[in-house]
Amino acid sequence: MDKQHKKSRAPMPCQPPHVRNRNFDEVALGYDAETAREEASRCLQCKKPLCVTGCPVNVPIPEFIHALHENNLGEAYRLLKTANALPAVCGRVCPQEHQCEGKCILGRKGEPVAIGRLERFVADSHIAASACEQQTGTSACATPVKNLSVACIGSGPASLSCAGYCASQGLKVHIYEALHEAGGVLIYGIPSFRLPKNVVRSEVNALKELGVELHLDSVGGRTFQISELLKKHDAIFIGVGAGLPKFLGVPGENIVGVFSANEYLTRINLGRAYQFPTYDTPAYHGKIVTVFGAGNVAMDAARTALRMGAEEVHVCYRRTRAEMPARHEEVEHAEEEGVIFDMLVNPVAFHADENQRLKSVTLQRMELGEPDDSGRRRPVAVEGSDFEMKTDLAIVALGTRSNPILLEATDDLEKTKWGYIKVNEETGETSIPNVFAGGDIVTGAATVILAAGAGRKAGISICERLLGSGK
Amino acid sequence: MPVPIVEKESLIPGKTSKMVLHAPDIAQHAQPGHFVMLRMSENGERIPLTIADTDKEKGLITIVYLVLGKSTALLETLQPGDSILDVCGPLGKATHISQGGTVVCVGGGTGIAAMHHIAKGHHLAGNKVVAIIGARSRDLLLFEKELASFADELVVCTDDGSYGHKGFVTDQLKKTLDTDKSVHEVVAVGPVPMMAAVSSLTLPYGVHTTVSLNPIMVDGIGMCGACRVTVGGKTRFACVDGPEFDGHQVDFAELRLRLGAFRAQEQESMEAYRRSSNNG
Repeated sequence: MDKQHKKSRAPMPCQPPHVRNRNFDEVALGYDAETAREEASRCLQCKKPLCVTGCPVNVPIPEFIHALHENNLGEAYRLLKTANALPAVCGRVCPQEHQCEGKCILGRKGEPVAIGRLERFVADSHIAASACEQQTGTSACATPVKNLSVACIGSGPASLSCAGYCASQGLKVHIYEALHEAGGVLIYGIPSFRLPKNVVRSEVNALKELGVELHLDSVGGRTFQISELLKKHDAIFIGVGAGLPKFLGVPGENIVGVFSANEYLTRINLGRAYQFPTYDTPAYHGKIVTVFGAGNVAMDAARTALRMGAEEVHVCYRRTRAEMPARHEEVEHAEEEGVIFDMLVNPVAFHADENQRLKSVTLQRMELGEPDDSGRRRPVAVEGSDFEMKTDLAIVALGTRSNPILLEATDDLEKTKWGYIKVNEETGETSIPNVFAGGDIVTGAATVILAAGAGRKAGISICERLLGSGK
Repeated sequence: MPVPIVEKESLIPGKTSKMVLHAPDIAQHAQPGHFVMLRMSENGERIPLTIADTDKEKGLITIVYLVLGKSTALLETLQPGDSILDVCGPLGKATHISQGGTVVCVGGGTGIAAMHHIAKGHHLAGNKVVAIIGARSRDLLLFEKELASFADELVVCTDDGSYGHKGFVTDQLKKTLDTDKSVHEVVAVGPVPMMAAVSSLTLPYGVHTTVSLNPIMVDGIGMCGACRVTVGGKTRFACVDGPEFDGHQVDFAELRLRLGAFRAQEQESMEAYRRSSNNG
């Protein structure tokens, strides 16, 4: 292997930008077997692998890469599954540059091993595997234990991970999902060009084959109460995710044409509005679209708007490129596709045209001041710098706060001062015995892998509690 | 989960129907003021409908809908024995029912059905209920019999005078407010202009006025903010903070505009549906 090859990773084949910015098919096409093995060969197999310390769930990274390199895909998959229930998802959506890949020693002089891409390759090779294999990477799932059942509320990454672990240990699992389709944020939030729906469906189907029962249209705190579920089930896991979108609190933000990213994306992802009128849910169209925020959701919204036919899409952010919280790959992809980045601007008011629809936004220029609590330099408004920009669709992607439905309906559930559920960090158990929680409803909006990790941890606690042992 | 239709009654032929659904979990938890989200087909849109009545023992809920767009047109094609693909609920905050006094419940159009459930709640709590209902003409009135069965007083108005008092519900409400000093709350459910008119009428009387809002919703569980309304200068979500709010604080003009956000697409969808059902 030549030196140059060692330095740079195998490029990910992608749909060309001018093609993909008009369709909803997956952008990154995935490695083929040869490329994957070649990339796997770059791994130095460190004795003290830093990548593992960078992974929130400590996936045995060098080991799975070694197995992949040895052409033992089954073993590679099994190793992934020992720590991460959703490798096909996480390989696609984890911010690897801040986690495993950010710690990879190769990154000091060249490019880190493409761990996420390898994870995806291994996981995708198992999409058609048996349910038990897909869940655990082994063909030996426990036989169901009679009379013991677990309820998982929500069906996003946290609940799917908890359900998968409990089912693989022989517990009867029931998933209660509020929407009409399972998958949580993986379905309503993350667009199919980044995470194809069949990847999510395959995870859900594998659970069903393991005997997990899915109850759709079932809202915790409304269709049922925690106290009622406790009479039917031996343990409960709450993984209802984050909820209410935050708005800016500026004049004019309820004008028709200003949307939360959640609404814009839910219409298109869950409602399939990109296929309107074949599908009934409509989307709002804009020629000049402004997106406020710079996280993954903002990138998703901006890239979706391009695909919906916008002429110009601007991501408006009050800090600079360096502080953008989105995955690097998403920012790069967005830029290649034609998204325009307007840095150091902050919206102060939205304005309507004579038909009372959005026509413009007043932006204020910002500059970076002293670092704030998050360690990032605080944006400070430049006095007298206001200017107006035309926009007929504005999408606000500023994050979420906790959804009040289940929490308000469950008095005895102890909450943190930020309004999330308080849990025992070791076990994931809440203030109500045998009721566990994890994911965004505990941490506030975070990542898929943290939610999946919390779900799995709670699953282990539940199995220890109910079966007397965990694995 | 698909929910079976037990009973269907056409209230205004081709326009408004009542359906009784077998949804035990929803019925068990439903209180006045709650709504459900429905989806009629795999390609369908989620739409909110207020629960008009419940029978907890039999596990039934009643919905009443006006055929307005494709989703309600699809709903209208369903018959007893069929199932609705998705019914999710009960959602929203239940009506706040305080005891002691007279509550005037005003209903207009399809809103009469939603008002019925709230009025019944007040009646069961021991409040005196004066129900005022209105429609353009006699054939468009709903739930008169149901309301008459428990309301202490029932006032009917029609715009054209074909039945009851000629004129608007606000005329009759004014009369009641002028004569009955025991009124401690007014509840109004109906078209936005009616709720706005009721709220501005009651303001000088200083009577607390509750309105049940019907903005566009997508998920109905607090995730998207499609249903946001300005109440007392603050942005609230009708699905989790409402749908009932203090009528004196609601920005009705904004609500009206937001209800029209997708009008063009709604028409396109309805026309495509009409064409396909005519050809089919």
